[in-house]
Amino acid sequence: MITDIWSYLTEGSLVWLAMTVGAYVGAERLWQLSGRKAWGNPIMVAILTVSGTLLITGTSYQTYFEGAQFVHFLLGPATVCLAVPLYTNLGNLRKTALPLLVALVVGALVAMLSALLLAKWLGLEGELLISLAPKSVTAPVAIGISERIGGLPTLTAAMVLITGVIGALIVTPLLNAIGVRDWRARGFSAGVAAHGIGTARAFQVHRTAGAFAGIGMALNALLTSVLAPYVLALIQ
Amino acid sequence: MIRPFFLILCFQLAGEVIARGSGLPLPGPVLGMALLAASFLAWPALFARLRDTANGLLAHLPLLFVPAGVGYIQYLDLLRTDGWRIMLVLVASTALAIAACALTFQWLLRLTRTEEDTSA
Repeated sequence: MITDIWSYLTEGSLVWLAMTVGAYVGAERLWQLSGRKAWGNPIMVAILTVSGTLLITGTSYQTYFEGAQFVHFLLGPATVCLAVPLYTNLGNLRKTALPLLVALVVGALVAMLSALLLAKWLGLEGELLISLAPKSVTAPVAIGISERIGGLPTLTAAMVLITGVIGALIVTPLLNAIGVRDWRARGFSAGVAAHGIGTARAFQVHRTAGAFAGIGMALNALLTSVLAPYVLALIQ
Repeated sequence: MIRPFFLILCFQLAGEVIARGSGLPLPGPVLGMALLAASFLAWPALFARLRDTANGLLAHLPLLFVPAGVGYIQYLDLLRTDGWRIMLVLVASTALAIAACALTFQWLLRLTRTEEDTSA
């Protein structure tokens, strides 16, 4: 009886949609109870909870995504909404245009070069190596870049998301350790190196940081699209 | 709530159309964001109408990454064999990129004598 209900539910969208939202609500609650520690990042906890459940129940990612796509879809409108913090920070943006643009070029180059050089040194090669190049760029753009330079788009998508979670976990302790306190610099670097997940993390910390993270994400998508083929040619 | 959401969808749609039509290497939603920010400059009343809905959606931004994030499970075999190398690359490279970007930003803020923003 229970297995009948379970198999009926798991074939539909509702149970996986509910699980996605539920895992996130639970993870955020835990995060608040833990005193909002960086290592308890709700994105990571929710992803691990859901993926663990899928593995235990032997559910494929495709089946899961049929339910979760309704949440996934909202990423598009949410990205458009980043115009609101962008607009409220226009004055701030004008004041910091020069530091911001130079930091963008430095961040984009370091993100690609360090990943490719280190991966090569560790013996990773071929399509895997190439798929790592756009790892700091927001997923839809990274997939396009990966296709163009000869990587595996779906593998790139996985690298992008793991990079985002790593960025969200390390950005606060790292920037505290190296003494960067300006919210614009902190947020911008999170957006450049860890795209939307870094941006989501920045909004958890400070409004200005979140706004600059969104700008960093958008600008790095553009710059890495242009630079990736040249950087790859330089490495190979 | 539904009208602001409709407007936001229209900007996304316009972004998609421009992205496809122009061949720019940017996703539709990112172009939609730029279009919406430009529209706020032209019509400040639009900002007042969309602000609350936009902030409401952005408040739950982390949730929206969960479905895509779970996608790593398609690569468990690869992660089992090359996982430690990949993780080492991603952790080191992400840390270097954040540090280099933030330090450059801060250094230039000081060089151009721009006031730092460290408010609570």
